[in-house]
Amino acid sequence: MALNSLKQYISKAVGPLQTLTGGRKAIIATRFMVVYLALTSIWVYFDTQNLLAFLLFLASALLIYYLPMRSKAKLVISLVAALIIVPVLGIRNIFYLEVMFQICLFSSLALGLNIVVGFTGLLNLGYVAFYAVGAYTWAFFGSQQMYLLHSIPGSQPLTNAFLLPADAFYLFAFLGLGVAAIVGILLGLPVLRVRGDYLAIVTLGFGEVIRELANNLDHPLNLTNGPQGITPIQRPTLPTGLLDGLRVILNPIVGHSVTLDEFYNLFFYLITLLVILTVVVVVIRLNSSKIGRAWTAIREDEVAAVAMGIPLVKMKLAAFAVAASFAGIMGVIFAANRTFVSPESFNFLQSINVLTMVILGGMGSIPGVIVGAAAVTVLNVQVLQGLSLGLNDLRQSGGVIPIINFAWKDLSSQLDPAKYQRLLFGLILIIMMIYRPAGIIPEKRRKRMPPGSEKPKELDNNNNSAVEAHQEAHHDAS
Amino acid sequence: MTLLETKGVTKRFGGLVAVHAMDFTEEEGKIYSIIGPNGAGKTTFFNTLTGIYRPEEGEIHFDGHSLVGRRPDQISALAIARTFQNIRLFGTMTVVENILVGMNNRLRQNSFGTLLHSRAFKAEEDQAFQRTCELMDFVGLKNVGDELASSLPYGGQRRIEIARALASQPKLLLLDEPTAGMNPHETDDAIGLFRRVRDELGITILLIEHDMRVVMGISERITVMDYGEKIAEGTPAEIRSNARVIEAYLGRGAAAEQLAEGGVA
Repeated sequence: MALNSLKQYISKAVGPLQTLTGGRKAIIATRFMVVYLALTSIWVYFDTQNLLAFLLFLASALLIYYLPMRSKAKLVISLVAALIIVPVLGIRNIFYLEVMFQICLFSSLALGLNIVVGFTGLLNLGYVAFYAVGAYTWAFFGSQQMYLLHSIPGSQPLTNAFLLPADAFYLFAFLGLGVAAIVGILLGLPVLRVRGDYLAIVTLGFGEVIRELANNLDHPLNLTNGPQGITPIQRPTLPTGLLDGLRVILNPIVGHSVTLDEFYNLFFYLITLLVILTVVVVVIRLNSSKIGRAWTAIREDEVAAVAMGIPLVKMKLAAFAVAASFAGIMGVIFAANRTFVSPESFNFLQSINVLTMVILGGMGSIPGVIVGAAAVTVLNVQVLQGLSLGLNDLRQSGGVIPIINFAWKDLSSQLDPAKYQRLLFGLILIIMMIYRPAGIIPEKRRKRMPPGSEKPKELDNNNNSAVEAHQEAHHDAS
Repeated sequence: MTLLETKGVTKRFGGLVAVHAMDFTEEEGKIYSIIGPNGAGKTTFFNTLTGIYRPEEGEIHFDGHSLVGRRPDQISALAIARTFQNIRLFGTMTVVENILVGMNNRLRQNSFGTLLHSRAFKAEEDQAFQRTCELMDFVGLKNVGDELASSLPYGGQRRIEIARALASQPKLLLLDEPTAGMNPHETDDAIGLFRRVRDELGITILLIEHDMRVVMGISERITVMDYGEKIAEGTPAEIRSNARVIEAYLGRGAAAEQLAEGGVA
């Protein structure tokens, strides 16, 4: 009702726009996008602490996705935004690079989980275990842990050199991917005999097993250093020559001398960006091949799928392995980025967190899952923290609410919004399930008719243009 | 040439014998039917043929292969396709995608070609799509390629199921009550379609059906099951006048009356 009248209002407002030809529309959209991006960037640049400005800037990603621009324009604008604007703004306020890093990291995890939960319909509640496997792979070989195998956790200060050179990180990114995939298959073999709710419970157990292993494998051989975790873990080296060169360009733009840590933040942002782009391409291509169709067929009807010749076990294992490998490579990157891993980073709530992103964004929908990951991350690390900080400021300001005579400083710290993170997630999920169960951006199937030159189907013009628009959207997504 | 042969196939569920010592043969290029009252074990027999159930006893031979102990996907790869009594489509996939899934076993694409979008991969996908369009034409689906399978009316969904089964290029097509719930006009179309499947595509058909118009109209031979056993076998004319068949359908008293009047249907 309300939604309908809103739709009518919008269609009236943009009515004149619809009479425009496609080309003209694209030009206007592109101009609008450039102006929007420029304005929000400038705002963030000069007002580096402003949350609203940053959120509006982030929203440009959605605009780029939805506006009817030509694919080339979309590509160029995205590249400029991701490779030039974000680094500059991020070095002005280093926290933004951390946010972007986390968005990319969680998007990759969520896209992986989406293959299992969204495409194949297997509920996995222990997904974070694969992430842990990747993280501990590099944590063990990228630290001095090898020399501590026979010592009690935390007993001796370390002076020896690292086991491997720091740049072995790149090799281990791929190793972590492979190891996680193998663990995914090993888990899958016994687990895939059970279905539905039982599968969820078994995977939940598996997630806890991996975390408990990390917790307790400090004895008899100290592999994981127990609850204290492994630190320091090496980061790959950045060439000094390149950094000096970049400083010449960047220093005047960002207004201060860029530190090594800031360069590391930039490095990890770029590397996760590279991984997430690869992941997106891999997922889109798998999804529109016989593998992806087999996954969805299994989700829709296992009996019919197997009767159509789909090998159930093989395809389910493939889903587990691909999903695990995304988590594995991100685990390696996470370990290097934090230079520290401990079992607490891989608890059950983390699995739920990633699952929330998938459900919120839209199960089975690639853009949806990325939006879900971004929304949850921003809510987690920015909005709630921002509100907490705001309340804190009020508390310290010594202000008083007039009529009821309530002093802000008496406000209990238990009312800190950051402490209600889970409550808020719960509420959001409930509301989503009631009003939009398919997620923010629901799954869309690929449209393929009419078959181009082959057989002109009797479609009227309206339908035709709608189909073309769909096809274009699909091209853009890939 | 014999395409399908079963000997003494028995399937039990606990104490219930759903199919008992079933002997059945079908020649290549024929249309045969299995009929029988509800619960006679017809669908269970189909499920043992397609590997969903493993028979406790007996042998199944198809086109030179033994089927007992093979998984459903392996049996599908040997060129047996089926449809289901209560339509089982992939509801949230489009009609095109449903049919493409049926083609899965025939596609050669590997993961590397898929990830790199190799020329062979694209060519195969294009070809598969074209074949899908031909199949939609063949079964009479028009302008619905991009619709979700679940959004089509009943008759359309039946057609998709048949197209999906045909997509796997079967030698033998098992149809489980394909005209159930259709009106007479739709049933006539379906009969025409089954004939074309056999005549134009050379696919052998085995039907389970209740509609006697379909059964008598197109089957060359009919097998009648009751309580898990084969009680009769023969041409439509023979079955029509078989006392045991009429008894199974209508009961003993009615059977005598019917016979006097000249058979079922």
